[in-house]
Amino acid sequence: MIKPVAKQILFRLPLQVLLLTLLTGLCYAVMSVPSGVSGLGERVAQNLKTSGVENPVTAVLINFRGYDTLLEMGVLLLALLGVWSLGDAPEGRDTRPGPVLDSLTRLLVPILILVAGYLLWVGAHAPGGAFQAGSMLGAAGVLLFLSGWRLGERYLRLTLRVMLVTGLGVFVVVGTVPLLVGRLFLEYPAPFAGALILLIETAATLSIGVALTALFLGGRQAAGPDK
Amino acid sequence: MSQAFLYALVGMGLFTLGLYALIIHVHILRKILAVNVMGSGVFLVLVALAARGQNTQPDPVPHAMVITGIVVAVSATALALSLMLKVNAATGRPELSDSE
Amino acid sequence: MEALTLLSWMFDSLLGLGLLWLAWWTLSSPDLFKAIVLFISFGLLMALAWVRLNAPDVALAEATIGAGLTGALLLAALARLDPKHETRTTHEIETKSDVHD
Repeated sequence: MIKPVAKQILFRLPLQVLLLTLLTGLCYAVMSVPSGVSGLGERVAQNLKTSGVENPVTAVLINFRGYDTLLEMGVLLLALLGVWSLGDAPEGRDTRPGPVLDSLTRLLVPILILVAGYLLWVGAHAPGGAFQAGSMLGAAGVLLFLSGWRLGERYLRLTLRVMLVTGLGVFVVVGTVPLLVGRLFLEYPAPFAGALILLIETAATLSIGVALTALFLGGRQAAGPDK
Repeated sequence: MSQAFLYALVGMGLFTLGLYALIIHVHILRKILAVNVMGSGVFLVLVALAARGQNTQPDPVPHAMVITGIVVAVSATALALSLMLKVNAATGRPELSDSE
Repeated sequence: MEALTLLSWMFDSLLGLGLLWLAWWTLSSPDLFKAIVLFISFGLLMALAWVRLNAPDVALAEATIGAGLTGALLLAALARLDPKHETRTTHEIETKSDVHD
């Protein structure tokens, strides 16, 4: 009886001391950050007019650091690939939803879609953008799934995969077209930058919503015979 | 010291708490919770250091990085939960312990 | 102006303490369902912290993805993990296998 407890204390106490030392070191490092430097904020503010949007975060996400966002959407698809490769989705119970869930779903899903469209549009000049709108669509998909709605068989194959790949695909295509004209990768021409950003964000919203819902489902949907 | 540094210290505390829980716990779901808490702590530090200037607008580059980080964190959490279910199906318990 | 800065300091320190305490409670709660629900509320408090730090885009993303979708994923995984989990008190399951020994 004594021995396991002693082993725990022998293990935990040095761990706690070590982590407390780590914490004090990190706090010291954070407090000694130079306070006069403002980072990249000024450079973003100076170049904001050429980016096509007025929201600095959207400009940074899709224009100035668009490559990071492209890779991030690739990571989302990669995680979905990993989840799909681990097996089929667990059997969803085909229970009818209760009255509260049913009526709330019917009320909330149109509102969620509307709010997603609004966030996508307003992301150009106010807080919002593709990820927030896409996650609203993902929440709508999760609600629908929880209340018993299932996708028809013929949408589970090509349509689902096309919708998943569209976001990343549009981003890559829009980024590669300047290469053919003679500019750099992901360098949007200045007069079209706003429209291109909106195009990328629309495709990304759809793609992120479908990907987040598919991540929630936890596996490939049980489908019919292979084509 | 402005309020931003207070949030940075809170972020460091969250990181250390998450690290301690990650090492201590054996159940995989708790480890996943601990990693998410650690991630939130790091995001707090990033955004707090971006909001340092009192008079100017906050630096938007760390905001974009944190939004990217949140999406990557949810992807990694989904994959880790899938793996946990596989470990549970294979060994009967969702645990990573050293004794076997 | 003094009262305003004092009030904002109090609010920020309360929010910071609440974040730390919620994180500690989440990570040390013996019941997994309670831990996940506490994690969702931790995510919502983080959204408040983002608003205080002048990051509304991050607040929107955290509230939907960080708190909402991660919480839904965790709850779905918990339900698939142990089908009897919702009905049985987990004190005897968790405490004897939870600590590292």
